[in-house]
Amino acid sequence: MATRAVDVVAATTIPKPKSMAAQTALVRIWTTGTAIICGALVLLMLLFLFAFAWPAIKYNGWTMLTSIYWNIGDQYATGTTVHNGVAAQPGANFGSLVFIYGTLMTSILAMLGAVPLSLLVAFALVYRIPARIRPGVNALVELMAGVPSVVYGLWGVVVLVPFIGQQLAPFVTSHLSGVPFVGGAAGSGNGLFASAVILALMVTPIMVATMRDVMLAQSKALYEASVALGSTSWQAVTRVVVPSVRNGVFASVLLAFGRALGETMAVLMVCGAAANEFPSNIFQTVNTIAAIIVSQLESASTDASGIAQRSLAELALILFVITLTINIIARLIMRGTDRLGKSNA
Amino acid sequence: MTVQQRNSIISRVWWVISFAALAILVAVLLAIFWFVAVRGFPALKFSLFFTVTSGLAGGLANAIAGTVLLTVIGLALVIFFGIGAGVWIVEVASPRGRQLLRFTVDVLAGVPSIVVGYFLYVALVEGLGWGFSLIAGSVALAIIMLPYVVRAADLALSTVPTELREGAIALGARPTVVLFSIAFPWALPGITTGLLVATGIALGETAPLIYTAGWSSFMPSLAPTHSPVGYLTYVVWTFISQPSDAAHALAYAAAALLMVLIFATNLVARGLVESWAARTLKRS
Repeated sequence: MATRAVDVVAATTIPKPKSMAAQTALVRIWTTGTAIICGALVLLMLLFLFAFAWPAIKYNGWTMLTSIYWNIGDQYATGTTVHNGVAAQPGANFGSLVFIYGTLMTSILAMLGAVPLSLLVAFALVYRIPARIRPGVNALVELMAGVPSVVYGLWGVVVLVPFIGQQLAPFVTSHLSGVPFVGGAAGSGNGLFASAVILALMVTPIMVATMRDVMLAQSKALYEASVALGSTSWQAVTRVVVPSVRNGVFASVLLAFGRALGETMAVLMVCGAAANEFPSNIFQTVNTIAAIIVSQLESASTDASGIAQRSLAELALILFVITLTINIIARLIMRGTDRLGKSNA
Repeated sequence: MTVQQRNSIISRVWWVISFAALAILVAVLLAIFWFVAVRGFPALKFSLFFTVTSGLAGGLANAIAGTVLLTVIGLALVIFFGIGAGVWIVEVASPRGRQLLRFTVDVLAGVPSIVVGYFLYVALVEGLGWGFSLIAGSVALAIIMLPYVVRAADLALSTVPTELREGAIALGARPTVVLFSIAFPWALPGITTGLLVATGIALGETAPLIYTAGWSSFMPSLAPTHSPVGYLTYVVWTFISQPSDAAHALAYAAAALLMVLIFATNLVARGLVESWAARTLKRS
């Protein structure tokens, strides 16, 4: 039954004026206070992590970005090494190049597969699927976006990794042995390729959903006019619709890329936890910033100097800055397209 | 062959490829569902709900209770902060402030959950000395849920018809009455949907909890600090890499339970969206 405003207002017991002023003030404090906290949260996290990581940033210097060795140092040694005024255990060296490389490579490889896949699925979903079954397919895609990352990881560990290790990798490496970055040792199945496949599966539903919404928001008239002028439906989609929504599509790709870079659990479970070396081909083990932060929890807390924990914070900060930059660019593009849409209307 | 014929063949071939892509995606999804169902449901014994994990075996009672507790307290926090900020955007903010908060909240949605977890580890677990605890884990989930709830509250409150507000004001209703008796009832389905979607995400989170809630194989103690809490996703993550069938069975059971919980929440959310859309249609 529809509620009429009149009924609602009539049914409301009107409190005395004095308590009303207090109520209004209370609501103002509640909304403004929570708004300030929510708005400041990102900045607060950034500054806090920076402040905590500062000794590590001083100790590590450029080593963090140029070295491939991560070593918390000799915990049984007496005495410490001091570098730039910061003390750490002897032999401590915090280089994250392997992890940065792994983070970028797994995500870029994943996007190479996921972007074309998502575009094709979004095209089919918006322009070809019969209206009767569209809600069902939409629901499936959204359910897929809701699957927790540990479940993807579980599937990866039990199904995907053995398949890659026992069948795919031996087959590919023996038949394409001359191809750089593909040929060579087949490995166990854990590694760059498995991580990329899992990431691609995880970001595809998210990308499909945003691309679909971007295309649905675009007026259907463009597509119809193009078909009426004699183009095939495929030409109408790829040459008329896609150019007109390219900003939105690009933004959704960036958002998904940011998601892939920060994804932790599923990658942690299938990456093989490489340390101190780069993978020689796509079937070798890697490691990512997010994964190393989780797997170093215990070892870092044993570090007597505390620099290992601060170095992990520096790693978190690096990941934070990368994803923040990508997200801000994506949001600015999206906002730009919003404005464009409004001025066209 | 004419140009038209060639183009039409190309078009058809690409549409076939598009459908193949869709079929691959759906097939993978069904394969994962099938995998979890086939391995998980047989492992999901009645006794799991009443026994705690011990070593690599036992039950899931502690993890279930932990997941529920963390999510419920996280929800309570996010209802207070998220809806407050949503109300601010719609009812209080200047256009500039509105734009700014919407932007920062969107950006917050893109912060990797492990970064949130590590931040809270440094700030609460170590900094304030709370240790691995219920409250630190709940705060982590609340931050993860926050962008979804703020956006939902913002969106739902923005759709309250101006005539309804003006009518109430004309009848002498104060701002708080307009907000609580007019705007909130109207926006309730939208806000509830947002809360349910956020709950689905929180239920499946692991990364922000590892550094905040820790892990415990005992029932959660309800102590806010200095008492680690177990949760279902942790079981999936760690028990599958243990070399024992009992541990694997627990991991599958936890995964199946998670999927059921998350899908149930998502389905209810979808149903709400539809009934909401139907109601709005009837009115206009």
